Amino acid sequence: MKQNTFRRNAMTKMIATVLMGVTVVLSASVVSAAKAPSKEDVKKFLRPMEVPQGKNNISTPERVELGKNLFFDPRLSGSNFISCATCHNPSLGWSDAQPTAIGHGMGTLDRSTPTILNTAYQRFQFWDGRARSLEKQALGPIEAGGEMSQSLDLLIPELQAIPGYVTLFEAAYPGEGVSKKTIAKAISAFERTIVSSESAFDRWLKGVDGVMSDEAIKGFEIFKGKANCTACHDGFNFSDNGFHNIGLKDMEDMGRYAIKPIKVLKGAFKTPTLRDIDLTSPYMHNGAYKTLDEVVDHYDAGGFKNAGTLSPNMKKLNLSKKERKAIVAFLKSLTGDPVPFTVPVLPVQ
Amino acid sequence: MLSNKSVAVGLVALFYSVTVSAADHTLAQNSKSFKLNGSQVEEYTIKAGDTIYFKNEDPFFHNIFSLSDLKTFDLGSYPAGESKSVVFETPGEAEIECAIHPEMYLLLTVE
Repeated sequence: MKQNTFRRNAMTKMIATVLMGVTVVLSASVVSAAKAPSKEDVKKFLRPMEVPQGKNNISTPERVELGKNLFFDPRLSGSNFISCATCHNPSLGWSDAQPTAIGHGMGTLDRSTPTILNTAYQRFQFWDGRARSLEKQALGPIEAGGEMSQSLDLLIPELQAIPGYVTLFEAAYPGEGVSKKTIAKAISAFERTIVSSESAFDRWLKGVDGVMSDEAIKGFEIFKGKANCTACHDGFNFSDNGFHNIGLKDMEDMGRYAIKPIKVLKGAFKTPTLRDIDLTSPYMHNGAYKTLDEVVDHYDAGGFKNAGTLSPNMKKLNLSKKERKAIVAFLKSLTGDPVPFTVPVLPVQ
Repeated sequence: MLSNKSVAVGLVALFYSVTVSAADHTLAQNSKSFKLNGSQVEEYTIKAGDTIYFKNEDPFFHNIFSLSDLKTFDLGSYPAGESKSVVFETPGEAEIECAIHPEMYLLLTVE
């Protein structure tokens, strides 16, 4: 009798164990099935094979080298104290960790410093998109009184007087000399080399298991679905190259409207990339938010009424705390592997 | 003096000429580009008096505007599935864009 009871118990335990095992296997297969990116995700978000090149400015090592020197050279500013890299600092996600930029004479500017990461993939440069190419953008901050405050007419002879630069310009653009055009082209060629490195999200897209947490994968689903972030942050670079008023508080800057006076553009700014977003706090064109949690809370609230035209894509999302946290986990999975960067030793006078 | 018959014929002819000369065209806003029957178009030609319907086939809002000398208009922003139209009465050229997604560009010639 006892023996039978023992056998029954043992059998029950065994069945329970097998069933548990089956359950675990089944649930694991469900989870792993849910973890795989769809074909559509792979097509849409995987890195393009090539980095876009400038018109009449195909990248060469010499052009990139010249551009790198110019980018890090404070002699490109009126004060000889500010370089492009002062604000676009490689140690700070190619931005400056300030709410809004600080320029000539320590003056504070109205807009934050956008990262130069992946600008090669952007169709419009500056927060208001007023430049249609990097070549058209590159000289703007050098000349702007509040930024680097440098007259280009004075800069050209300054550079021509530095033998090392004459050599670098000749190697990069033979016979073209030091000019506004070659300065802009070289800086652009360098900037096109600053592209995001492989992130956990990229590896997941390629089918590598275990690189994205379940929370981050869930966050990606919410990002595309309930939160509708992909209405603007779409594709490999997580930008639609578009302009939207996302309802920031206390905003007088009308952004893109100053370039194109169309009602929907009142208070609209360019959709920035989300690549390496964890490295480029504070966020938004005016540095309104310090953390990604604050950013997600803003979108969850549907933005706020301001002096401009709120994008109709902005709506109250009613996300749970868990969902908001998952989106942040996903955003952090977009941080690329650290890439060592060597700053140049600049040509001496 | 014109007979009733000839007046009627004249009116029919006038009505016919108006209806055949003014055509309707539908251009889709799809994947952030202008498309005609599924193919992207950046240049398009119509006749004076024709109407273009701009239909939003993307899952987000689009806008249509032009600040051209030929015609200035702003159709505002409208969601997926909606369509807005513009009649182009006079010959010339108009640059038409989506303000939200400025990569969307169409050079329209009105003959």
